[in-house]
Amino acid sequence: MRMIIFFCTITVLALVGIILLLRSGRLKEKYAILWAVVGLLCLILVAFPRALSWSASLVGIAVPSNLLFALAILLLLAICLQLSLEISGQEEKVRRLAEEVAILRAQIENGHGRPDEDRSEVIER
Amino acid sequence: MKQLIIVPAWNEAAAIGDTLTEIRAAVPQIDVLVVNDGSTDATAQIAKQAGAIVLHLPFNLGVGGAMRAGYEYALRHDYDQCIQVDADGQHDPVDIERVLAGLEEADISIGSRFEKRGDYKARGPRRWAMGLLAAIISKLAQIKLTDVTSGFRAGNRKAIAQYCRHFPSEYLGDTIDSLVMAIRTGLKVTQIPVAMRVRRAGVPSSNPLKSAVYLLRSMVTLCLALTKRPTKHS
Repeated sequence: MRMIIFFCTITVLALVGIILLLRSGRLKEKYAILWAVVGLLCLILVAFPRALSWSASLVGIAVPSNLLFALAILLLLAICLQLSLEISGQEEKVRRLAEEVAILRAQIENGHGRPDEDRSEVIER
Repeated sequence: MKQLIIVPAWNEAAAIGDTLTEIRAAVPQIDVLVVNDGSTDATAQIAKQAGAIVLHLPFNLGVGGAMRAGYEYALRHDYDQCIQVDADGQHDPVDIERVLAGLEEADISIGSRFEKRGDYKARGPRRWAMGLLAAIISKLAQIKLTDVTSGFRAGNRKAIAQYCRHFPSEYLGDTIDSLVMAIRTGLKVTQIPVAMRVRRAGVPSSNPLKSAVYLLRSMVTLCLALTKRPTKHS
């Protein structure tokens, strides 16, 4: 019983921490969802330890804690993948911005001496 | 007809001055755009003094990034035709007009190094890799292409628009990937034999291990490009 209370407190604190980060705007919603899922799952397992051995026997894992480890690893991998996807997206955006900045700078620098160009026109894409 | 020469340059101070002078001498009527890809040397100043328009990328994006910036510039300033030329002087500016002339019958015209002109030779695994790439892409384009990794490429308005949609900055993205996607979205390709010269500065990389890695990476890039969903026409 004491163990359950101990771990319950930790998980609840973690969840509260995530919510506080969300509220202060330091953590974006899209990243918080996976973490919240992790927190809630932990809470369920802590509150009902039987659930673990029951689900372990359901999928045919002899030692229940192995199910826990496997799930933990999968979730962490999912979060890593999500972060990689985000970084790739950011990289593309940074690249677009760099190109944009370069083109704008060239337009400012060459704004004079090139009368054949229609300076006011920037084609929207 | 508005034409633009795009020269991507990353720390090419040693070569770019001569290259630009030669281009000016060969085709004085065509605008030259140097895309300074985050150089830390005097590349940009030299290009500016040589009378080129200079795009300053705030940091190094790689050839693909530099080229797309160039094509974006071409799109916005309403150019009809573009040709990309290497800053290191390995593309002979005398051939620029011939490669551009290839656009009369196609959307993309590749200045190709393997036909009889010139004496460019790649050996061993690298040559096999290039041969294999060429064979597969030729099949796709339904025309015989011998040098698909050539950076000496011209494109018309259709090609410029397509490049702006898809021109990856990753390894080989500027050659294989962008070319395959262009073909898959229905652009017509042709090739013009050109002479290839020795680089003015820098050493060409060639050792068996590097060639093997090249083969592997180019195949991965090719496979990805063949299966990617083409970006829709806007």
